[in-house]
Amino acid sequence: MDIVFQQVSYIYQPNSPFEHQALKNLSFSIASGSFVAIVGHTGSGKSTLIQHLNGLLRPTVGELRIGEYQLKANEKLANIKALRRQVGVVFQYPEHQLFEETVEKDIAFGPKNFGIASADIERRIPQVMKAVNLPLDLLKRSPFELSGGQMRRVAIAGVLALEPTLLVLDEPTAGLDPKGQLEIMDMFAALHKQKGLTTVLVTHNMEDALKYADHVIILENGTKYLEGKPEDIFIEKEKLESVQLDLPEEIQFLQTFQQRFGLSIPYRGQSITELAHEIKQRLEGMNQNE
Amino acid sequence: MSTSQIEFHRVSFRYSDDQPWVLDDVSFTINKDEWVAIIGHNGSGKSTMAKLMNGLLMPDKGDIIVDGIKVTQKSIWEVRQKVGMVFQNPDNQFVGTTVRDDVAFGLENRGIKREQMLRRIEESLKAVRMSDYLLHEPHRLSGGQKQRVAIAGVLAIAPDVMILDEATSMLDPKGRKEILHTINEVKQLNKLNLITITHDLNEIIATDRVIVMNRGQVWLETTPRELFSDEQKLLEIGLDVPFVAKLANQLKDLAIEIKPQPLNQKELLDALWTLYFNK
Repeated sequence: MDIVFQQVSYIYQPNSPFEHQALKNLSFSIASGSFVAIVGHTGSGKSTLIQHLNGLLRPTVGELRIGEYQLKANEKLANIKALRRQVGVVFQYPEHQLFEETVEKDIAFGPKNFGIASADIERRIPQVMKAVNLPLDLLKRSPFELSGGQMRRVAIAGVLALEPTLLVLDEPTAGLDPKGQLEIMDMFAALHKQKGLTTVLVTHNMEDALKYADHVIILENGTKYLEGKPEDIFIEKEKLESVQLDLPEEIQFLQTFQQRFGLSIPYRGQSITELAHEIKQRLEGMNQNE
Repeated sequence: MSTSQIEFHRVSFRYSDDQPWVLDDVSFTINKDEWVAIIGHNGSGKSTMAKLMNGLLMPDKGDIIVDGIKVTQKSIWEVRQKVGMVFQNPDNQFVGTTVRDDVAFGLENRGIKREQMLRRIEESLKAVRMSDYLLHEPHRLSGGQKQRVAIAGVLAIAPDVMILDEATSMLDPKGRKEILHTINEVKQLNKLNLITITHDLNEIIATDRVIVMNRGQVWLETTPRELFSDEQKLLEIGLDVPFVAKLANQLKDLAIEIKPQPLNQKELLDALWTLYFNK
């Protein structure tokens, strides 16, 4: 699904002492099939932005388009349910939203609400369990007996069961241990490819943004601060630091390495093994030239 | 006087009789003034250990000794005087309507005199650099500021031990940095046992010793440096080493002898400099 924001502003509690403008004249577009990372420190407007993507919020000023759906200020979207069926949102700590008696019922709850036929739901359940890497024998268990990582997977399975075309992920790995973080992100990357999804990832983790996204939007103070390819954005040390963001660790290291040894190794998505080879080669080459 | 601050003697714990053991025959000692990290995957039992240390939970088997006192229902108030805890969720630990009231809460509970109370509030907020926020409402602060106030609340009761139970895991990178900085400062200025419970190995770099938990058991006791060279073993139990350690380990695989195991970027760059330009 294409996403186009045109001069969108959003104001919480307008005309009250608590009035707060969370988005300011925000414009950007995301092509269908992209994996986009939205980055910014707390309070930069990330959460407000993603709540527009499935119509939980409507712009105070301006308009946006999600696929064929148009969201405008002061105009209710008639077929909002159709939009929400296509936009799967994994909120922060989604396991807090589990409530059913069994894993199976919890996963089925969303699709049922959207009027999807039982036979279809039954077909989807084993598929999404496989997608989130959970064994089928958990289906009859209470979600509350599972580990934190498993609970998160069940919650994600519930979103995937809607078979969304746009997947919105708000800090999906927060609180998970490193292995859990890697597994969940690799899972989303695989789903993105297999299903041809459009994926919007909200994250504080620069390393994840660099590794998984093909496009990065940096928000500051409710408006777009930088936008581009991760490998172009994440070398802008001063610009990022002035909005309290860090460079991803690998790029930070390569920049300090250059300062120290005068050897430039540009980041092109190399693995750590490849970086080690390159570093060795360059250092040895330099040594021979002396 | 003994040098041990916290001792676990063959401790086992489970949340109910029909549940598996969360901790299974766990023994270790934490010495006075030591800064120890307890790490482990989700569900490894590390947070349960923290709650056992100040009597929020009681062991089913074994004994826990805090500064020579056995933790029992009778001794918990004495133990809690010695062991303060900062929890994971910054929004779950406020009772006061202002920062000052909140820090005062623990002191009032202990019946501390007013003059002394005012002094301690001032000192502890200064230690976390939150003096300017005395009359602010806690819930309007940033995540990092909230956790700093929580740390001040613990410091105010002047405990021997401060446990940080995943105290940074819900913060953004800026908040995380704030807290790590605050903790380092606090550790330098106070004679205090620090226990950091985390699964983020970037947070253990400054600690003296690391206890690694796996499936309810002590899997390894070591130093951060030693630990970072055991990358493969850590991956197997759901943990991961920081980028610098990974790169150093890869370079070592290419027969570049980086010694000692670097804890940060500077140490790795220094080691490379020595190897290539300072022969």
